[in-house]
Amino acid sequence: MSPVLAAPWTLELVWYTLGAGLLAYVLTAGADFGAGLWDLLASGPRQKAQRAAIEHSIAPIWEANHVWLIFVIVVVFTVFPDAFATLCIAFHVPLLLVLLGIVMRGSAFVFRAYSLAPEASKSRWGHVFAWASIITPVFLGMTLGGMSSGLIRVENQVVTSGYFAGWTTPFAIAVGLFTLALFGLLAASYLCADGPRILQWDFRIRALAAEFVAGIFALFALWRVRIDAPLLWERMSELGLFWPAQIAAGVLALVVFASLLSEQFRLARIAAVLQVALVVVVWGWAMNGDLILNAANIHSSGARAETVEGVLPVLVVGFALCLPSLGYLFRVFKSASADYERQVLESLARSAAGLPKGRAQPEPATAESSAQPKRTL
Amino acid sequence: MSDLFAARCQMALSLGFHILFAVAGMAMPLLMVIAEVLHLRTGKAVYYELARRWAKGTAILFAVGAVSGTVLSFELGLLWPTFMRHAGPLIGMPFSLEGFAFFLEGIFLGLYLYGWDRLSPKLHVLSGVVIALSGLLGGIFVVAVNSWMNTPAGFKAIRVPQADGTLGWQLVELDLWRAFFNPAFPTQAVHMALAAYTSVAFAVLGIHAWRLRQHPASEFHRAAVKVTFAVALVVTPLQALSGDFAAKHLAHAQPAKLAAAEALFETQTRAPLSIGGFVDSDSERLVGALEIPGLLSVLAKGSLDAEVIGLNDIPKEHRPPVNVVHLAFDLMVGCGSALLGWLGLAAFMSLRARSFAAFLQQDSKLARLLVRSAVWVAPLGLVATEAGWVVTEVGRQPWIIHGVMKTSEAVTPMPGLVVPLIAFGLLYAFLGVIVVILLKAHVFASDEKPKDAATKLADEATT
Repeated sequence: MSPVLAAPWTLELVWYTLGAGLLAYVLTAGADFGAGLWDLLASGPRQKAQRAAIEHSIAPIWEANHVWLIFVIVVVFTVFPDAFATLCIAFHVPLLLVLLGIVMRGSAFVFRAYSLAPEASKSRWGHVFAWASIITPVFLGMTLGGMSSGLIRVENQVVTSGYFAGWTTPFAIAVGLFTLALFGLLAASYLCADGPRILQWDFRIRALAAEFVAGIFALFALWRVRIDAPLLWERMSELGLFWPAQIAAGVLALVVFASLLSEQFRLARIAAVLQVALVVVVWGWAMNGDLILNAANIHSSGARAETVEGVLPVLVVGFALCLPSLGYLFRVFKSASADYERQVLESLARSAAGLPKGRAQPEPATAESSAQPKRTL
Repeated sequence: MSDLFAARCQMALSLGFHILFAVAGMAMPLLMVIAEVLHLRTGKAVYYELARRWAKGTAILFAVGAVSGTVLSFELGLLWPTFMRHAGPLIGMPFSLEGFAFFLEGIFLGLYLYGWDRLSPKLHVLSGVVIALSGLLGGIFVVAVNSWMNTPAGFKAIRVPQADGTLGWQLVELDLWRAFFNPAFPTQAVHMALAAYTSVAFAVLGIHAWRLRQHPASEFHRAAVKVTFAVALVVTPLQALSGDFAAKHLAHAQPAKLAAAEALFETQTRAPLSIGGFVDSDSERLVGALEIPGLLSVLAKGSLDAEVIGLNDIPKEHRPPVNVVHLAFDLMVGCGSALLGWLGLAAFMSLRARSFAAFLQQDSKLARLLVRSAVWVAPLGLVATEAGWVVTEVGRQPWIIHGVMKTSEAVTPMPGLVVPLIAFGLLYAFLGVIVVILLKAHVFASDEKPKDAATKLADEATT
């Protein structure tokens, strides 16, 4: 009697599903994290309006977006239990920090949104939300960097490389900061395209800055990858991925810059999404079925035939129910952005005229006030 | 503190914290939907106000529940990687289902909370129904995992030699649906679902009954008390019944847990039901307990002469910590009985007064005492839920998968686990305090201008 292993093609199917789940998480929840970055860095005469626009854009959808992470983790531990066990041991520390960040961020967001307290105590929650939004993607990125470092050693299912291998190198840290910058880029470009027009200039400069900073971290990571993650470097060279990926990323970065500068915000959003998608796809390609580079592959992580056969139909039915609902959620709040726009303009005009704050102030006073802008992918 | 104990404490802390928000996520949407349906049926503004207030509470509690639930799904691997290595392929199915239920709940909660003016009333209430249903299903799916740990099914466990020379487990011939519908699943799922509705109904009832005392004229709190009382009236007796089924299930499927819960050492017919007391670990005797002869045999097996297995028939190394389980069991049953007693009395008084509303306005001493004590029975359902989890989790020790894998075999090799334990302990204590303060502020805010709630709503709608 021995375990029935799953057919390789089913595992590849699960691998692509995981990739799609990760991409969905990055493009939706990632932007929610990025929005936290811009909440922290809100400044200038429209500081309050920026924060309000951020809150309005993520409030109805962040919890649904967050579920992609749960989806990814559940699929990993269901289908690739050995890889999950290794992952949880080798990356115990950064994952724990990610979790603390997720808890702080979600709680602080809802505490701020539903606080009845005066502005000062609300802004304290705003700071917790913003800082947690920044720290979480950095540790998440460091974990992903560590997973692809090739430095994790496993002998007979025992992790022998310790608890700090892979994710503490300059390369992994650069990947963490790169992740944050990309999330910031996504958030700023979504807000440019869908947010109030009055704030487009504010978020445009932020998107440009994020793109620039992301480029710097990317270059730094590419320099360090040969030193800190030589195996990944080898993989990328072997697959002939390096230069095509570089050129594609460079072209997309130029498109992002150009479209932002020429105020083609919809195009900028598409280019930013494509750029982030490119990063995820190339990373997945280089990993080539390894969940942890050289330490856990989809074909050797204890996947069982019975499990894959049982879970795949669940995934199909689950997505058939959830994806249309998600689309509906996005559509409902998309139609709200025009109303919201008007509100912001009115309140800005009022504060410019030095009038007392009216109830139409676009502040997160009532979390479920009627109008919500919406951002799409 | 050993790392194993620290890991167990961290898991207990995370679960104990999350369960409070999970029951809210399961039951609050039901209350909110009932209020909204009543508003649509009667057109009364007070029910609309109620639905909106309860929706706010749901939003706060759901968010904290969502993130603390994420912590749990990671902690399964962070703390118990060996467990997940073997159990993952089997319990992944209910977890995937739960993932989708949670997805739907998150999506429709977004629609519900922010769509008051964007959706038609029918679609809006329908979103609420989806939230309530997916919340219930999500809870049931997670319980399927837990009940599988209690009564594992759907596999064969074989011993295989490991690299280090010792024997390890391997689970083969997996049957995911048999694992899902394991023997403990039906009783445990029903018991947990009803626990959620009971404890939340009483918690909310208590809060509004307390505010009603301060503001006797408040239509708002009166309506809230009515709705929650009606829900409690339906679910609490059912919960008592399901508790009885659960005990009968334990008696044949998990005898060690029942023996520990009752601190029963001798296997015997006419086994007594022991209330309270303390087990002296040297003599292995329960001292200071109130014993009702024969009642355990009747309750657990349905007959006075039925034999109930005692701990002496369980090998010492396979016995759970008796005192903790016994105390928790008594606490759970005690809280449940108190709720049932309060409810029975209130129902009786309402019958005599012709209606619940009339009973609330009654001036008799007993009526006032009962309304007053509502605030004291309010937390008992939540206490019982926590105690119930202690019974089922500590009562399964030393096993993580009953009869297959011990908790000590499953723990991570990671050292220094006391550090995350302290970190999460402080964080959760802090968040708990904040949530209470925030909810309290919202409850008080509902009393600001009880009379012109309608104008306030109109005001809100125009902004």
